[in-house]
Amino acid sequence: MSTLSKQVKAVSAADFDVERIREDFPVLKHNIHGKPLVYLDSAATAQKPFAVIDAIRRFHEVDCANIHRGVHELSQRSTAAYEETRAKAKRFLNARSKDQLIFVRGTTEGINLVSNSWGRQNVKAGDEIIISAMEHHSNIVPWQLLCQEKDAKLRVIPMNERGELLMQEYEKLLNPSTRMVAVTHVSNALGTINPVKQIIDMAHAAGAVTLIDGAQAAPHITVDLQALDPDFYTFSGHKVVGPTGIGILYGRKSLLNAMPPYQGGGDMIKVVTFEKTTYADLPYKFEAGTPNIAGGIGLGAALDYIGHLGIEAIAAYEHALLEYGTEALSRIPGLRLIGTAREKASVLSFVMEGIHPHDIGTLLDRQGIAVRTGHHCAQPVMDFFDVPATTRASLAFYNTFGEIDALVAGLQKVKEVFA
Amino acid sequence: MVHDLYQEIILDHSKRPRNCHSMADATRQADGYNPLCGDKLKLFVKIENDIVVDVSFVGSGCAISTASASLMTESLKGKSREEALKMLDKFHELLTTDTAVSQDLGKLVVFCGVRDYPARVKCATLAWHTLKSALGSDDAEPVSTE
Repeated sequence: MSTLSKQVKAVSAADFDVERIREDFPVLKHNIHGKPLVYLDSAATAQKPFAVIDAIRRFHEVDCANIHRGVHELSQRSTAAYEETRAKAKRFLNARSKDQLIFVRGTTEGINLVSNSWGRQNVKAGDEIIISAMEHHSNIVPWQLLCQEKDAKLRVIPMNERGELLMQEYEKLLNPSTRMVAVTHVSNALGTINPVKQIIDMAHAAGAVTLIDGAQAAPHITVDLQALDPDFYTFSGHKVVGPTGIGILYGRKSLLNAMPPYQGGGDMIKVVTFEKTTYADLPYKFEAGTPNIAGGIGLGAALDYIGHLGIEAIAAYEHALLEYGTEALSRIPGLRLIGTAREKASVLSFVMEGIHPHDIGTLLDRQGIAVRTGHHCAQPVMDFFDVPATTRASLAFYNTFGEIDALVAGLQKVKEVFA
Repeated sequence: MVHDLYQEIILDHSKRPRNCHSMADATRQADGYNPLCGDKLKLFVKIENDIVVDVSFVGSGCAISTASASLMTESLKGKSREEALKMLDKFHELLTTDTAVSQDLGKLVVFCGVRDYPARVKCATLAWHTLKSALGSDDAEPVSTE
């Protein structure tokens, strides 16, 4: 990053009123084991602001009805509120049309929808699917299943010791048999921000379709789908301060139109007879059954909340936190950061000499500090760095510099126990 | 603060695990794996006339799982197969119930603090699950605590 952009970021980070923002998150006022909660596990799930909690409550209290069905007032209201989230997601992602946005349970279901519907229709024996060395299991296993079924081949873009993809190796992997390139935008285990624009352009030049896993990108950096132009992009609501069980899959219209439905049921049809069913238009063709209505409405409130703060301001503040945390952790003797890419967001993954991550996790928890320990659903990443697991502190815009200091002090105590 | 869990003897065995080596003349062995943490363990048991005459392990894991494996190997030597399996049941009870701590377990009672850390019970029981697998059959399948 250039010095100028660093300065710009520093200025806007200083303007970010984190103490005011923390007032919006009730859980942050709680004590854990008698200590103020220091929540550093937002990459697993983000905490929820009152705006989201209240929207879900209000729906259940005054608007609760099924959507797309009744002519009565409550059904009209719930349908409008649910569909409004699609419009909000369109703005959040800068998508061309809201018909391209399909409600799913989360990123995992988004990827599975594509691997099952698009994949089964388009991947044949001998075809190749490219993923990367830093994928979450949810962007590995669905493609493995597809490859096994179709006798296709899974190829993997390697990475370097910093946790950056080797783009020259990627170029070599692309060939006329490449059907799909499915890569994460931001790595959950390492924090690496991948050059997805370049990855997408290269895939398109080779005639391949692209899917970007946006689970860790959507909460932290600007996602501009018209600029990136992927064929599919998916993210989870619960990582952008929304509720669990709701997410969005974006797809290119021509592909979505040609794909068979993922699940059959109510709401995804136009006409059903025992002989034949005509499917609904986009996006409803892919939305069988009563969806997570409350979740969808909660996600709308979450996207409003993020939009109100501004994703650029969030990114700038979090970047300042990440730099501060990187420096502070690097000063701890015996601590090794896992994932030191030049472009990073939110994640501080590390190992400590002679102390297993699970012991670190338990000892930090007793000091009120919540971190994730384990393989982060990315076992191949652990194998690459030759560690069984890491400790991961992941940041959000409601974290403070003081909380990073608390983490450092907590780790000193961990070292004392194992001294 | 956390000394109920990380007692001195546990820290000692995690840093200097006893019987931590492979065994060429083991009569039984088994692999244990905790997919949640990535803890891996290979257990070697030498049984003669139904008595555990030697037991050892290799692997990588957290302090709790390493200390548990280490203390388990110390406790098992000289026990009959049946006695070993009974110890396993008692150990499991120690970790997962509120019943009075059985004194038969000797040094192993230091693990009673794990009761208050449900997320760590699997760490403490990995070695014992692997033992059950090793004693159960001659070519045991890898066990998983999931």
